[in-house]
Amino acid sequence: MIVAKQKPIAEIKEMLRPYQKVLILGCGTCVKTCFAGGEDEAATLGAALRLAFGQESKSIETEELTVERQCEDAFIQEAAQAVARNEAVLSLACGAGVQAMARRFAKSVLLPGVNTTFIGVLEKPGLFTEECSGCGDCDLDTFGGICPVTRCSKRLMNGPCGGSKNGKCEVSPDIDCAWQLIIDRLTALGLQGNLKRYIPAKDWRPSLAGGPRRLLREDHVI
Amino acid sequence: MKSDGASKLKSVLAGGGFAVTAECGPPRGANAEIIHRKGEWLKSCVDAVNVTDNQTAVVRMSSLAACLHLLELGIEPVMQMVTRDRNRIALQSDIIGAYSLGIRNMLCLSGDHQSLGSQPEASNVFDIDSVNLVHAVRVMRDEGKDMSGFALNGAPEMFIGAAENPFADPLSYRVVRLAKKIAAGVDFIQTQCVYDLPRFREWMRMAREEGLTEKVYILAGITPLKSAKMAQFMATKVAGMDVPEAVIKRMAGVTGPKAVEEGLKIAIETIAELRAIPGVRGIHIMAIEAEERVPDLVKAAGLMPRPMK
Ligand code: SF4
Ligand code: SF4
Repeated sequence: MIVAKQKPIAEIKEMLRPYQKVLILGCGTCVKTCFAGGEDEAATLGAALRLAFGQESKSIETEELTVERQCEDAFIQEAAQAVARNEAVLSLACGAGVQAMARRFAKSVLLPGVNTTFIGVLEKPGLFTEECSGCGDCDLDTFGGICPVTRCSKRLMNGPCGGSKNGKCEVSPDIDCAWQLIIDRLTALGLQGNLKRYIPAKDWRPSLAGGPRRLLREDHVI
Repeated sequence: MKSDGASKLKSVLAGGGFAVTAECGPPRGANAEIIHRKGEWLKSCVDAVNVTDNQTAVVRMSSLAACLHLLELGIEPVMQMVTRDRNRIALQSDIIGAYSLGIRNMLCLSGDHQSLGSQPEASNVFDIDSVNLVHAVRVMRDEGKDMSGFALNGAPEMFIGAAENPFADPLSYRVVRLAKKIAAGVDFIQTQCVYDLPRFREWMRMAREEGLTEKVYILAGITPLKSAKMAQFMATKVAGMDVPEAVIKRMAGVTGPKAVEEGLKIAIETIAELRAIPGVRGIHIMAIEAEERVPDLVKAAGLMPRPMK
């Protein structure tokens, strides 16, 4: 899922300062799961903002609404009337959701309420970890299901750097060395042969380096 | 003063000599005097001088520029290059440029992560890794082609080096990675500083067993300690470093100038031990802002005059 984190209240407050009527729009999928922008967060944020502005005697009206997915037009439509009633929309969706909204509502001010952080998993309650950079050419088969593009701090494709110590990355003792994990796993699977393979320089074209990406499914075009 | 011929370091090693190289960190500024000074210290006691590339992710005079200053002093440089800061296009262009200016040796590295340096907010590049870089230089040299397959007008005939850290984990994989670098085209290896001799011996034994010491020249890293504090710092704060308790204790037993001497003594003893290990073809001294001590160390280790058999 997309992992995001709500922006600090002070930053949100400054963004909203010019407006009287604001729609706080939650998103019911990824950001809900990581406690950044679902229904509960939208409600709490609304109350917190009214209180914060109240303390400096500025009145602000907030309306809270959550749609299932802000990255999908069919769900976005449900917010049309609420958007029209307000001067600005504080979107709690990921960056894709905010932009999908901006695309649909040409005349509305769209403000991001969360910092979109990474594609990750819920590793244990309260802990989300980055697992994939969406590089567009997945090599997890070679690396035993552990991604060096994302999880090795130096994106090394041919084995660990000289900084790996006790299974931890040179960057921080809190980060597992991806290569230690890859080696352990491939060894356990009896696939050590993969470790000897020379991995040529990666083609980054399917990734960020190629400009904005598109996926066209001809079979689904109507 | 530009050297027109091939790498002298290569000829020392190919001739069976025990090579001595030393590291020289360029200044954090444009003052070339510092390079000149370090160069003068190192000139007569080593076969080649490594110039670091924004070492520890701190901005310094570029490796290429500092190498040129050394060339002007008649010193053979080893240009270090990290993949952290440049993409493959910039790397290849710098390699070609360096060769055109007389640089004959290069060391391919991934580089310390920028989060450990002075500008952790920087974006890194890591377009390719150090093994890819070795491979690219080898293809440029041996096939005269850049990474796109374009036939170069003039191939950079580099003597290609890489680093290995026998003390990083996992030990079993360090030799696999060495083999990978050799297959990619590396000619010589400079290792992380050796304090833990048993582990280094074990790594060398594994490398010999795989026949790797026949295929690559291995230069063992040496850094003379200056104080117990430095030993402690190296043990805990420097990525990939391994300083055994016994060494730290030994340094803790002495203070001030005595500590500096003790550090030199340890280095001299280590060099003697290293020379006895089959497959070790030289040493690489990383004096870290104490380059003025290198001549004494090399002399005391019985490795003068340079080059020697
Ligand atoms: S290889 Fe690419 S697509 Fe696969 S997990 Fe890593 S970043 Fe994601
Ligand atoms: S220590 Fe491991 S994870 Fe960290 S940069 Fe080196 S190889 Fe990658």
